[in-house]
Amino acid sequence: MEDLKQAILDYVRMEYLEEEDDREVDESTPLISGGIVDSFSMVSLKRFVEKKYDIQIPDADASPEAFDTVDSIVALVERFRGP
Amino acid sequence: MAYSDQARVSYQKELEGIREEGLFKDERYIHAVQDAEIVVEFPIGSSLKTVINMCANNYLGLSGHPEVISAAHEGLDHRGYGMSSVRFICGTQDIHRELEDTLTDFLGTEDTLLFPSCMDANAGVFEAVLNDQDVMIADRLVHASIIDGMRLCKAMNDSYKHSDMGHLEMKLEEHQDRRYRMVITDGVFSMDGDLARLDEIVALAEKYDAMVFVDDSHSTGFIGRTGRGTHEHFDVMGRIDIITTTLGKALGGASGGCVSGRRELVEMCRQRARPYLFSNTVAPVIVSGALRVMEIISGSTERRDKLEENTLYWRKLLTEAGFDIKAGESPIVPVMLYNAKLAQDVATDLYDEGIYAVGFFFPVVPKGQARIRTQLSAAHEKHHLDKAIDAFRKIGEKYGILGLGKKELIEKFGM
Ligand SMILES: Cc1ncc(COP(=O)(O)O)c(C=O)c1O
Repeated sequence: MEDLKQAILDYVRMEYLEEEDDREVDESTPLISGGIVDSFSMVSLKRFVEKKYDIQIPDADASPEAFDTVDSIVALVERFRGP
Repeated sequence: MAYSDQARVSYQKELEGIREEGLFKDERYIHAVQDAEIVVEFPIGSSLKTVINMCANNYLGLSGHPEVISAAHEGLDHRGYGMSSVRFICGTQDIHRELEDTLTDFLGTEDTLLFPSCMDANAGVFEAVLNDQDVMIADRLVHASIIDGMRLCKAMNDSYKHSDMGHLEMKLEEHQDRRYRMVITDGVFSMDGDLARLDEIVALAEKYDAMVFVDDSHSTGFIGRTGRGTHEHFDVMGRIDIITTTLGKALGGASGGCVSGRRELVEMCRQRARPYLFSNTVAPVIVSGALRVMEIISGSTERRDKLEENTLYWRKLLTEAGFDIKAGESPIVPVMLYNAKLAQDVATDLYDEGIYAVGFFFPVVPKGQARIRTQLSAAHEKHHLDKAIDAFRKIGEKYGILGLGKKELIEKFGM
């Protein structure tokens, strides 16, 4: 769980923050509604978790809300990864 | 009744919400030909006001040029008003093909296809040439019409941080398993005015076997020594696979756009691009005017040279006055204010001083990146720019922003 959270956080920071970007991102930072990730580049985030955890998230579940915070992404991944 | 009261009220609420967020767009009525100075009615119903226009894409000052107007008249006389047909049924005149050939020569490509607009060109091109075995890798700041086009295409989409070549290279490596890769970028970015690093993009694309797509809407006609575009500026003419551009900005500013590039890719658009197949042809008047535009800009670099001088002059004036501007060489010069409210207030005050420039803020630009975007034109004379800088200085003093950098501006006004 903590590993999962850390891996997603690391990816978000690497993939979406610019070098001079001094915005703080933690597990509850709104990513999409906060303007850090636009809904279009969200797909690379989806692909990242799908590849890394070997899951398929159906489009219906891959809503901007579900991807809005690292916490909600963790919840989503856990749901599809099963128990 | 299908349009129920409930529907009406909910739309009214939504519109009210847009207004409350300060994002409601009001039109301004212009009672004149597009030019360096225009007569504006704003707000609607108020008395007319002459202002210096610093927000048109009329880069070469050709939108109201007498020769272009007279060529349009000739087109009207000899080829009529409209065609009432899409291109492939009975909407292609000799002059449509002539304009396509002229654009091909000018851009240094293999072939060109006209579209009703560049928005349409971008909406149609990706779907016409890529499928689900491919990947599109776009700069994160590409124009909205490219995003729409990518959404319509079944190829996988991915993006790289704005102008970040290391990130692009990572993505190109990651997607080596796809059939085709296409790197997608604007030539000049419309909000920041910076140029894509096309020399590096082309080198990476060649290294990783990818095609390159450039939307040169804010470049064609003036970027590069003879105005061919960003690819001329970076000396990569002939190495861009698809260029899209518009007739709706520097090239007379009426309407129309095109896909230009590799012969087969352009032909795929002619066969498959939906906005080309299912929307009416560009009107003869516009084609005829655009042909004259191409003649003017192919025959002399006078207009793009004047634009370049104006750009240098304006950038110097703003810098000397103590404004924080985005560095660059394009005639799009953003004056950075960072705070959305400040950008709106400054734009309003400038308008009162007779300068028409627009404030941009989230969601059009990222949060905390609010700005006044100024755009130069070859139609501007020095006295226009001198008058404009007086107004900028006056308003800058009013808000105490002259001489402040990014950090100080954010400290003083917030993001
Ligand atoms: C980069 C870019 N591409 C395409 C377009 C759309 O061009 P057109 O007005 O021809 O649809 C614009 C205009 O806003 C633009 O700025």
